[in-house]
Amino acid sequence: MAKKLMKGNEAIGEAAIHAGAARYFAYPITPQTEVAEYLARRMPEVGGVFLQAESELGAANMIFGAASSGKRVFTSSSSPGVSLMSEALSYITSAELPCVFINVCRAGPGLGGILPSQGDYFQATRASGHGDFHLIVLAPSTVQEAVEHMMIAFDLSDKYRNPVMIFADGLIGQMMEPVDFDAIKPGTPADHSAWATTGAKGREKHVIKTLYLNPLDNEAHNRHLAAKYVEITKNEQKHEIYGGLGKPSLILTAFGTSARVCKTAVDVLNEEGIDIALFRPISIYPFPAKALDVLSRKQHVKQFLDVEMNNGQMIEDIRLYTRSAKPISFFGRQGGIVPSPEEIIDEIRKVMIVDKPKKKAAKK
Amino acid sequence: MQREVKFAGFGGQGILSAGKFLADGALEEGKEVAWVPSYGPEMRGGTAYCTIVIADHPIGSPVVNTPYDLVAMNRPSLEKFENTTKAGGFILVNSSLIPDRVTRTDVHEILVPCNDIAMKLKNNRAANMVALGAYVACSGVVSLETIIAHVPVTFARKPQFVEANIACIKEGAKIARQALEKVL
Repeated sequence: MAKKLMKGNEAIGEAAIHAGAARYFAYPITPQTEVAEYLARRMPEVGGVFLQAESELGAANMIFGAASSGKRVFTSSSSPGVSLMSEALSYITSAELPCVFINVCRAGPGLGGILPSQGDYFQATRASGHGDFHLIVLAPSTVQEAVEHMMIAFDLSDKYRNPVMIFADGLIGQMMEPVDFDAIKPGTPADHSAWATTGAKGREKHVIKTLYLNPLDNEAHNRHLAAKYVEITKNEQKHEIYGGLGKPSLILTAFGTSARVCKTAVDVLNEEGIDIALFRPISIYPFPAKALDVLSRKQHVKQFLDVEMNNGQMIEDIRLYTRSAKPISFFGRQGGIVPSPEEIIDEIRKVMIVDKPKKKAAKK
Repeated sequence: MQREVKFAGFGGQGILSAGKFLADGALEEGKEVAWVPSYGPEMRGGTAYCTIVIADHPIGSPVVNTPYDLVAMNRPSLEKFENTTKAGGFILVNSSLIPDRVTRTDVHEILVPCNDIAMKLKNNRAANMVALGAYVACSGVVSLETIIAHVPVTFARKPQFVEANIACIKEGAKIARQALEKVL
């Protein structure tokens, strides 16, 4: 199969099949319903399962149950739906079950709107549900990258026995771009026979639970999870640095769709000889802290401009991991509006610190 | 090289599928392409538009507020988007449904009676294919042969429509070329 033009939502569905995850439980919501529409047709062709739940609560708890069997399972939703799944996400993470959740983010809060947004950054990276836990979160910026992230997501969730979230947005879900599945190796699901609940006939029974009434037991469980997040943070940081003419003085920081728009802004200004570059987190949990720290210590880097489709969420991580050592400003659009390269360029020109020639001290 | 075109009209005119044809053609020719639909809270039969970005390098922003060209299939689309296109581009006007003319002087206006041509060819629903042929002929962004070769692929399950659609694409291209000679 050569390159094929596919909607992001359809490509995500096909990628899951390539990853060996022919088990999908979901409830429709714009702008990701095409994942379900595509898989409703495709799953029977590959002997897989698509079950439309009665609600997002139902879908997420079906994932809880199905993931307990050790098989690769996944679901997709969009912002309000993901909120409804947050209880199950907490349980699933506590139970250490591998699975993949896709958030095709739309504008909030509340029902908000159906257009693209990155307003769920805090939810995805900090508070996906109650209790002390983290998801691994990947943020693709093209349809092809969404496909690649799906493959990585299942492997990571197997490796750490932790749910992985793909943080996309309505634009990635709805637009069509060429995808190349030839470059994608089929996924190899891990062997989970040591803990999966597959029927205890002839072996000791496996128990999957999240209730630890003895506080010492629960503390030990929390510490075990915390140690896992340390490992994840050490091993799984991913980022891209784009553009620049050698010694960029201004660094744009953006992820997903807004990062893509920033690339056009970088291209235009680099062409004019203005030395700026883009720092794009690819994993947003764990945040690529090491790389940003290194970048922020470079002498030629004078400032950061964070661009998001929200009111400023990732900027907190930028402040944290640059130690606020350089000035950081913010440009964002909300409500479902994708910023244009032109308005980002205008903002760069507005905030860019230009070394003024020193005034002569001599006075009359 | 990067070029963008917005196809705009009302739902049911085949706006999104005409755009998909163009995007498939660009992919076929090894170009980078993004097809971005409008998916706002529109009514069925309401306005529909999509933007196709074609480039010879990886596409940065797929969202383009000022496309190079416009294919306006109904009157509100021309009103809404006439002033958003870049200077020097084409504005293709479906003159079967749009009595207005382009008021700007820094763009090339191409008048194509898409619905009349489709009706003449006894394929009433293929006004979008006429517009597609016309746009491809005047922009040259992909070759007409590539677009025509793709018709049997898209209509693989409905082979009875292949010939009639190719006829519409070719006739659109012919009219556009004649119109082009007048403006250039």
